[in-house]
Amino acid sequence: MTAISLPSAMEFIWLEADLLDSHDYAAWLALWTATGHYIIPTERDAEDYAAVLNVVYDDQEMREARVKRLQSGLSMSASPAARTVRTVSRFRAMDGAAGVFAVRCAQHIVEYKYDRTRVLAADVLFWLVPAASGISLQRKVVTLINGDDALHGIGYLL
Amino acid sequence: MDQQSAYAALAREDRVHTSLYTDPAIFNAEMDRIFANTWVWVAHESELPTPNSYKMSHVGLQPVIVTRDKESQLHVLLNRCRHRAASVCEQKRGRAQMFVCRYHGWSYDMTGRLRAVPYAAGYGTELNKEDYPLVSLRVETYAGLVFATLRDDIQPLAEYLGPARAWIDLFMKQGAGFGIKVAGEHRFRFPGNWKIQLENTTDAYHFPIVHRSFLTSLDEETEGQFDVLGQGGWIEDLGNGHSVMVMIPDLVDLEANLDAPIPERFQDLAAELAKTHAPQEVRRIVRAVGGTGFNINLFPNVACSMAFFRVLRPIAVNETEIAHMALGMAGGPDAANQARLRLHEHFQGPMGFGSPDDAEGWERVQRGAAAGDDLWILLNRGLAQGSNTGDVSAELGMRAAYRMWRRMMAQ
Repeated sequence: MTAISLPSAMEFIWLEADLLDSHDYAAWLALWTATGHYIIPTERDAEDYAAVLNVVYDDQEMREARVKRLQSGLSMSASPAARTVRTVSRFRAMDGAAGVFAVRCAQHIVEYKYDRTRVLAADVLFWLVPAASGISLQRKVVTLINGDDALHGIGYLL
Repeated sequence: MDQQSAYAALAREDRVHTSLYTDPAIFNAEMDRIFANTWVWVAHESELPTPNSYKMSHVGLQPVIVTRDKESQLHVLLNRCRHRAASVCEQKRGRAQMFVCRYHGWSYDMTGRLRAVPYAAGYGTELNKEDYPLVSLRVETYAGLVFATLRDDIQPLAEYLGPARAWIDLFMKQGAGFGIKVAGEHRFRFPGNWKIQLENTTDAYHFPIVHRSFLTSLDEETEGQFDVLGQGGWIEDLGNGHSVMVMIPDLVDLEANLDAPIPERFQDLAAELAKTHAPQEVRRIVRAVGGTGFNINLFPNVACSMAFFRVLRPIAVNETEIAHMALGMAGGPDAANQARLRLHEHFQGPMGFGSPDDAEGWERVQRGAAAGDDLWILLNRGLAQGSNTGDVSAELGMRAAYRMWRRMMAQ
């Protein structure tokens, strides 16, 4: 396994963004480590996300259940889902936990459904770890610019 | 026909007119005749945990600040400087001894009293500070729920809640003896009328249809528990627009059946709690951890809904904000409180497995309501079963709310 560089991390994050925009959720699930957490906070400055309410706090089981729901055809907010186009940029390597390559970046998602276009902006923190396949996702924290304010029903993944 | 009779004619016993969702003039009248005329929920006491704490809230369209003063007394104050109307608070919650208007520096204490005015000499004798406190609303509480009203002459809160109080007492048992605290909130908006949400909290009929994707994400035992139409549930009209919808009769009294087997999904939690708690204590906490089996709809803006508070805020005739407030056991075990947070995230909020589908349904009601010149919204499900109780999918709770709507709009 080779060490993670900022360019390889960027490539991984762009791939992840493309998988989500194209609803390729099986491939997205495969990016994760079994112990990874997918988190969208409601509090911008929480120290321990497990101890507070989040929009999303998913371990592997919940990620799989979430994908199953989005693809079930039984959820009217997800079938059809809003169309999304996302851009990820402003990458910066950060201090992370031991063995983790941490990257912070900016994400803009433009969403379209029912004659309406909306923008969701967020800071995203990735914890990446080397894996046999290249890179795996250990943690993703999507801090929405307005995550502590009123949002709307979201039938896709950020 | 005068205006009052015209409003009354739009809300019949078995149907309401579509204009109740779409007419801006009716919305404005509702703000005057309903929201400015009754008890409106503004906070839970746990959101104001210490002296000098506050939160922002609303009474109808009017922004207010709920405060706890240094003597621990609660106040609800209009968030408007008495000088030139600027808001004096723009932090959603926090602690402070003073609200200082950032425009000209007038400062008010947590009771609303005007304490200081910069460059006061410019007023000469024209300004008596006692004449210009923040406008204070009448405040009363029941079981930690804080309500305010713009009216000094309406009945006391306890009387307004009436038989709903006994259900509120049952709801609060999910504190498992520790008491209830607000543990965070999801807020989201949908482009639709506030009454669409009011109805939804007493609408069991939609549950197996709209929430199939939630149900299929559960284990078999839990999915059985959420078979809300198949357990002999019921609805009661509690008067004054309030109602209760019992979906899971086994979870009406969380202090009963403590010897029942612990459900599979709470086995790990029970094992964790057993390390530090006596067996009977573990059963009490685990029985309460998933919340109750009923929704209390309190007219006009709050519900005690299974395991959380649902608060609605009307913004415009076709725009509503919802808060789903997660509840925890105040001072209860971390493991139980974290389990409650994860359960809340599972269903509620902008990306829960339930709320986005509800929001989509409500938006589609508003979109569909644009069609037709003179069509009605049906409320007649279960009408033949009598007026006081029905099967749980009956629209009896909605009829109760619209009966109150009619009473208040026809005043």
